[in-house]
Amino acid sequence: MTNSPTSTALSFEEVPGSKKSDPILTVDNLRRSFGGLVAVDVEHLEIQRGVITALIGPNGAGKTTFFNLLTNFDQPDTGTVLFDNEDVTGRPSHTLARLGMIRTFQLTKVMSKMTVIDNMKLGATGQAGESMWKGLIRPLWRDQESTIEKRADELLERFKLDHMRNEFAGTMSGGQRKLLEMSRALMADPKVVMLDEPMAGVNPVLTQSLLEHVKSLRDEGISVVFVEHDMDVVRDISDWVVVMAEGSVIAEGPHESIGANQAVIDAYLGTHHDSALDFEDGADLLNDGNTQ
Amino acid sequence: MFATDLASIFSDALTQAFGPEAVVFAIAAIGLNIHFGYTGLLNFGQVGFMLMGAYGLGIGIAIWDQNWFVSIFIGVIFSLGLALILGFPTLRLRADYLAIVTIAAAEIVRLIARSKPMRGITRGAEGLNEWAGPFQDMTPWQNSTYDIGPMTYTKMQVFVVVFGWTLVALLVVFVYLLMSSPWGRVLKAIREDEDAARALGKNAYWYKMQSLMIGGVIGGFAGMLQVIGKGTVQPDTFVPQITFFAWTVLILGGAARVFSPVVGAIIFWFLLTIAEGLLRLLVETDWLPTSILNATDIGDFRFMFMGLALMLLMIFRPQGIFGDRAEMALDDK
Amino acid sequence: MRSRVLLLGLLLFALLGLSAAPALAQDVEQSVEVKLTTTDPDGEKVPIVGVGFVVSLDGTVVGEGVSNEEGIFLLPVDGLGEYTLAIDPNSLPEGVALRDPSVTERTAKVEAGRATGRAIFALESGEGIAFRESGETGGIRAVQLALDGAKLGLFLAMGAIGLSLIYGTTGLTNFAHSEMIVFGMMAAYFFNFYGLAGFMGFLASWPAPFGGGVNLIFAGLIAMVCGGGLGWLLDAWLFRPMRKIGIGVYSQMIVTIGLSILLRYFLKYLFGGAPRFYKDYTAQTDISLGIASTTPKDLVAMAFSIIVLGGVGFALTRTRMGKAMRAVADNRDLAESSGIDVERVIRLVWIAGGALAALGGVLLGLSEVLNWLLGFRMLLLIFAGVTLGGLGTAYGALLGCLLVGIGIQVSTLVIPIELKNAGALLVMIIVLMVRPQGILGRASRIG
Repeated sequence: MTNSPTSTALSFEEVPGSKKSDPILTVDNLRRSFGGLVAVDVEHLEIQRGVITALIGPNGAGKTTFFNLLTNFDQPDTGTVLFDNEDVTGRPSHTLARLGMIRTFQLTKVMSKMTVIDNMKLGATGQAGESMWKGLIRPLWRDQESTIEKRADELLERFKLDHMRNEFAGTMSGGQRKLLEMSRALMADPKVVMLDEPMAGVNPVLTQSLLEHVKSLRDEGISVVFVEHDMDVVRDISDWVVVMAEGSVIAEGPHESIGANQAVIDAYLGTHHDSALDFEDGADLLNDGNTQ
Repeated sequence: MFATDLASIFSDALTQAFGPEAVVFAIAAIGLNIHFGYTGLLNFGQVGFMLMGAYGLGIGIAIWDQNWFVSIFIGVIFSLGLALILGFPTLRLRADYLAIVTIAAAEIVRLIARSKPMRGITRGAEGLNEWAGPFQDMTPWQNSTYDIGPMTYTKMQVFVVVFGWTLVALLVVFVYLLMSSPWGRVLKAIREDEDAARALGKNAYWYKMQSLMIGGVIGGFAGMLQVIGKGTVQPDTFVPQITFFAWTVLILGGAARVFSPVVGAIIFWFLLTIAEGLLRLLVETDWLPTSILNATDIGDFRFMFMGLALMLLMIFRPQGIFGDRAEMALDDK
Repeated sequence: MRSRVLLLGLLLFALLGLSAAPALAQDVEQSVEVKLTTTDPDGEKVPIVGVGFVVSLDGTVVGEGVSNEEGIFLLPVDGLGEYTLAIDPNSLPEGVALRDPSVTERTAKVEAGRATGRAIFALESGEGIAFRESGETGGIRAVQLALDGAKLGLFLAMGAIGLSLIYGTTGLTNFAHSEMIVFGMMAAYFFNFYGLAGFMGFLASWPAPFGGGVNLIFAGLIAMVCGGGLGWLLDAWLFRPMRKIGIGVYSQMIVTIGLSILLRYFLKYLFGGAPRFYKDYTAQTDISLGIASTTPKDLVAMAFSIIVLGGVGFALTRTRMGKAMRAVADNRDLAESSGIDVERVIRLVWIAGGALAALGGVLLGLSEVLNWLLGFRMLLLIFAGVTLGGLGTAYGALLGCLLVGIGIQVSTLVIPIELKNAGALLVMIIVLMVRPQGILGRASRIG
């Protein structure tokens, strides 16, 4: 795989918690412990707007917990989160989504018993018909509904899912579900899309098209943060890499320099006992179940 | 002789299938369908909502001296109140907490309603009697009995049947409109995956609360209709088993289908009455010794029939008689 | 395989026996009964609770007791005759008196063909009836109530631990647990009267334990075995097949509801709706324990349940099987991958849960009147206990149930007795609002 040209040459300082020119997300003193175990303890982290940031780290580094804290699917013990220069600490997840922070899940969450198009329509925010009383009166939401449907169809076409439009989402393959989840996220016109292991369980044929889609998000001006194990993927699409280990951010930088970073090598060696930086932890996630 | 018995059992079964009990349970199950069918809420205390509606109406008329419309409104407020009280602590927790809390709450409200300290407004264990009289005189049906085809109803039964099925029709339209709207789409999404719905900006908690309230108020209507038919509000008619008749009706028809509670209630009451009629025939003709089966046992068999039906349906046909098994199986992926 | 057949045999024995019970009817106990009510100023009948009676036959005291929440004093007696019932006028609540204070004794005839002899005491009431027992200071009364409550709590815990273990290992909330309790109660009753095989007419004359009935202690132990058998049966024939074909836990939960209603009314059909008593240890005199008093049977039952619960605790923490159970409860997949036979653990949990529930039923039956509806009432209190202690933790279940039991009894100092169970359930809801994981539960379990 060749390195793709990055849209912006990022020249931020390559130290943990470095300053960014235009951060979309800023995290301070974010801490979460389970019992005695500290799962996440991030002193300071900024995520640049309009680029693709990869979040990597060995198993148990706290990446998914960190994602959950950012999106308030889990509540931090301490700490603040700024999103688009607004303090969103402790805001319920659904309000964060409405503000434009949309996430996906490691185990894909599509509504199996709803059709693909209905799944897409769910993604749109600010629907009048989603209020109960207005929902009863069709003329109040009919126009908006057809606008949403049109947009959904466009996205389905772009993600090459239009042939599945009226199928139940439960009949899709793992990779198609990932695509659906991603395109559904776009229905909300997000400012930032947070993808938790977008490539896990996706067959290699689809991987390339998924990668292209992620890059196209950035090209539309959407910031992307993703958790990934596969270093090829990270190399291929990320503009900036943040490395976590044992709950903290231990390194930051473009992927070219991260592989040579001593702290990163130590972190991986400490857990993997092999010298090659070949992150293959995602292999056991091939079966995507529907359990949480 | 035998043939006439069977014929009378059959016409009895038809009478019951469209009768006052079936219609009350159809309405209770419509509420339950919103809870369980569309939202996935395990409400095991629908009878509590029925009780609240019934008492709201009865207290409004008999104690607070209000007119019918105000009293029905009071019943609605009572059911809404119960939904809020139950939903607040449980809708954030695992689904089984709602099940435990609703089954317990239904018993709490019954115990409170029949208790001595509440006698001032609920008349305690005796219940609220003789408030429906003026209303019964008001209905256009004043003959003692009415025959509709093979079915025979008394005058109050005719009222409950006519008014009840009209209400059912309105509620079916209401549920259809709600569930085909984007609001209904969100409910179904929550049923399948609450976290995913929240990640898409839907306030799952509030939607579940709304669902609990609407279904609860519909349950309240069922309770109101029941006590109008009987002309009395008796705390001990609101026992936990009532809830599970509604569940059986719902599962029989197939959850998450607009018509399922209606179809389920008609079929279930038809079968129940046939089964009871046959048992009664066995007792009357002395086919079985009374030590094995006597007239008082038949009431118990009604419940056994319901329990068994609920079990078998959940195991072998969770999609109901008209449901699609393939669709049910999708979430097992 | 052999042990399974044995269990099944015992279970069938119990079922067959119960089904023969309505046909036989010789076991309907003779009893004497008094119903004490008075009319309050509003014109409503009020039961008078906690009034003491002493029953004697030909000058020999055969038993004593107090009127219950419905104002009923019911004492089983052995044999026909004219019994004398003496009321303790001092135990009447304030504002209530005998209409004829000079007559404190009445007779009740127990005749052939009429098993219950009734005596009538006419009462008079003035203004301001105190509906509870008076004559004791609040503190002492509270101690007595706490003792009664602890007893209830221990019996509830028997059911709760099984419920918790089943929930912990399979994720299933078993609403049919109530019927497992009633099953134990009824099985003990049956063996108590008919012995192991006495339901077959020609065996009835055999000596115990086959015919004629066995002592309640043995009957209770046999009932426990049957309860275990029922647990095994339910798992093997109902829940395991459902797990196998992938029916979700919430669907299974609805099945348990159907099962509980089916079993409840089936047991009612077999057992009849009328209240019954065991043959042994029914009429006992309270013994004083300083400021509180209780009957010897209750003391023994409490001691026994403490031993059993201690044994369960020991088994859970020290034995291989117990550790395996906790491992499965903690993380099923991890337990499975570390070589634990999860299905075997679940089967044992069902057997143990069934046996404990049956024992709880036996003990409840010892201190209360046997009744087919008791199970459902207990189930709700068990839920309250389990939620209070933390769903899925065995110790939490025990602690929660003790708190519920004591709370229920002590609360009657301030709330009407008829609302004591409602109070406990209300507390459960409030606990869910402020600390949903319960007292001992971990916050992370909820989600």
